[in-house]
Amino acid sequence: MSEKIKFTIDGKQCEGEKGRYLVDVAAENGVYIPVLCHWKDVIPAGSCRICTVKINGRFVAACTTPVEDGCNVENNTPELQDIRKAIVEMLFVEGNHFCPSCEKSGDCDLQGLGYLYQMMVPRFPYAFERRELDASSPKIFLEKNRCIFCKRCVRMIKDEKGKSYFAFKGRGKDLEISMDKTIAANISDELAQKAMDICPVGAILKKEVGFATPIGQRKYDNVPIGADIENLQKTNGGKK
Amino acid sequence: MAQKITIEPVTRVEGHGKVTIQLDDNLNVAQTRLHIVEFRGFERFVQGRPYWEAPVLVQRLCGICPVSHHLAAAKALDVIVGAGTGHGLTATGEKMRRLMHYGQMFQSHALHFFHLSSPDFLLGYDADPEIRNVVGVALNFPELATQGVMMRKYGQEVIHHTAGKKIHGTGAIPGGINKNLTTEERDILLKGDDPLNADKMIEWAEGGLQFFKDFYLKNQEFVDSFAYFPSNHLSLVREDGALDLYHGVLRAVDADGKKVLDDVDYQEYHKLIEEEVRNWSYMKFPYLKHLGKDDGWYRVGPLARLNTADFIPTPIAQREFEAFKAHTNGKPNNYCLHTHWARLIELLHSAEVIKELLLDTDLQKDDLVVTGNKTNEGVGLIEAPRGTLFHHYQINEDDQITMANLIVSTTNNNEPMNRSVNFVAKNMMTGQATITEPMKNAVEVAIRAYDPCLSCATHALGKMPLDIRLIGANGEELDHYRS
Repeated sequence: MSEKIKFTIDGKQCEGEKGRYLVDVAAENGVYIPVLCHWKDVIPAGSCRICTVKINGRFVAACTTPVEDGCNVENNTPELQDIRKAIVEMLFVEGNHFCPSCEKSGDCDLQGLGYLYQMMVPRFPYAFERRELDASSPKIFLEKNRCIFCKRCVRMIKDEKGKSYFAFKGRGKDLEISMDKTIAANISDELAQKAMDICPVGAILKKEVGFATPIGQRKYDNVPIGADIENLQKTNGGKK
Repeated sequence: MAQKITIEPVTRVEGHGKVTIQLDDNLNVAQTRLHIVEFRGFERFVQGRPYWEAPVLVQRLCGICPVSHHLAAAKALDVIVGAGTGHGLTATGEKMRRLMHYGQMFQSHALHFFHLSSPDFLLGYDADPEIRNVVGVALNFPELATQGVMMRKYGQEVIHHTAGKKIHGTGAIPGGINKNLTTEERDILLKGDDPLNADKMIEWAEGGLQFFKDFYLKNQEFVDSFAYFPSNHLSLVREDGALDLYHGVLRAVDADGKKVLDDVDYQEYHKLIEEEVRNWSYMKFPYLKHLGKDDGWYRVGPLARLNTADFIPTPIAQREFEAFKAHTNGKPNNYCLHTHWARLIELLHSAEVIKELLLDTDLQKDDLVVTGNKTNEGVGLIEAPRGTLFHHYQINEDDQITMANLIVSTTNNNEPMNRSVNFVAKNMMTGQATITEPMKNAVEVAIRAYDPCLSCATHALGKMPLDIRLIGANGEELDHYRS
């Protein structure tokens, strides 16, 4: 049995199993640390840095840092909030995100974080990158303008032989998400839906079913992003 | 000395336009033009987008009647996804869309009459512009102003409960709708606390109509002589000739009431209607192809609709329709300012339809979407508050939009608006070399009768002040007014 350890997040006493990633253990303790690239039980990428926290005075990514006994984690401080807000702003200016007509609006993690951090006008200039759309798959519409390079799809959407449907192409500012046209031509409905669901933005769209969820019933229409985790403690009587 | 007068920008209309009036050497009006001076390009940037995004994307053309664009696009996409035109949807799908549309018609007509036009009626066309606005109405006629505001609010609530939010919702999707109306939502709209319930809206709509009729009785000579000219009239009508704002066949009548377009399926509108481009305006000039440019232009909107329809399928509005028709002995009504009269009859009709729909239990059913065999092209028409709205899309095999053509209500009214401005200018400008306040007002009143959505007609950004330019025979600017 794994060793139980105790630690604090913003002064709150937490406990968990030694060696597990901080972001997951924090969630189990009812503390929300924002994520974009992380997905529970998938090998972390640590690429987006939105989960940046301070442990014993040092900046680390909570999704790649195993929790240690007795550590003191800073999470919800003005300094960290501003860093996270800056990351969200950077992601917005690096792509072409038009929430008003995006079918992921209301279900989008990036938009949810924009609201959480009360993003108004980004502090960075817009890049206005021109990225082509890939509509060649019969099931998936790949909107490259919205990709934030979280790599969730590359890591998680694979065929039965373990081959990824998605990959990165190019380097630096020319980096873009791409889809293997050969295998994507035969992707199942279920996998196409999963690809759309795990995408934290509206880059991967399952064709022909847009806007099916009414406004008011979308993920973040009534509660801010992270509320499910923060409410966890209340539903468990404060004992998780 | 010859002069050219420009009115720019034009106020209390939606969008940005300017008017130029060219005078000859004897100070007679030689030519007038309503220029639409902005360009938006929705038809271009929708290309490449997934087709199911169109109803949500294209509705951003307008903040007052986005529902029209939302539904016209959805109707075009119904054809593309094989759900048929108009009546191919489930009962819940069609009726939810109808409720959304009549809610929009109600709020938009209330906005247009009470917020934009009533200052002219209540405070006088020649009143100081400082008070001749919605604030002046609120200060001097608080009860009527409150009713106008609350009627608009009610319409917006209808939209909210059908499209998910008051402006730019997502309710209509290709082949149907994404929600039904819960009994709680129905009860809020049907029997909400006073005044926000269906019965009060009908009562107030009748009151608004009575207000206009009283005004008309006292000012008949002015109203009837203002920008009167004969024209063709075009709109959708239900298959049995009834007024139908959501779906129907295309009908056009000439100034005497003879059908010049006889209840045709709108899928082939491009064979019937041509759009002329003129180099001084971003807004095109549509006309009925078989009648040609000179004789084929037509009016759309409330006046045109009551001229093409045989009857109104709700009782109180039908009674008012009969009185309206009797005024011109059953012939088409070509009086520009009677557009307000027609608009208020439609306001009343919309309130009646909303109540009828709210009492229909189909709205609580769960069968929301239908699909069929996909095609690569679809046309969707709807009667928007200001008139017939055309949406036409083609898609490729990858589900991307390759072509979009939008003919919005105000584009359809381009020629009549120009003629109305010309009429007013000839009456008020002849013999004058300067821009006068009554002349400015009259030009705006003429344009406002159509309530043109100039912004969406050019697919326009920015505010909409009034700009008048007076230009001499040699092209020199002699006077310029800008509010």
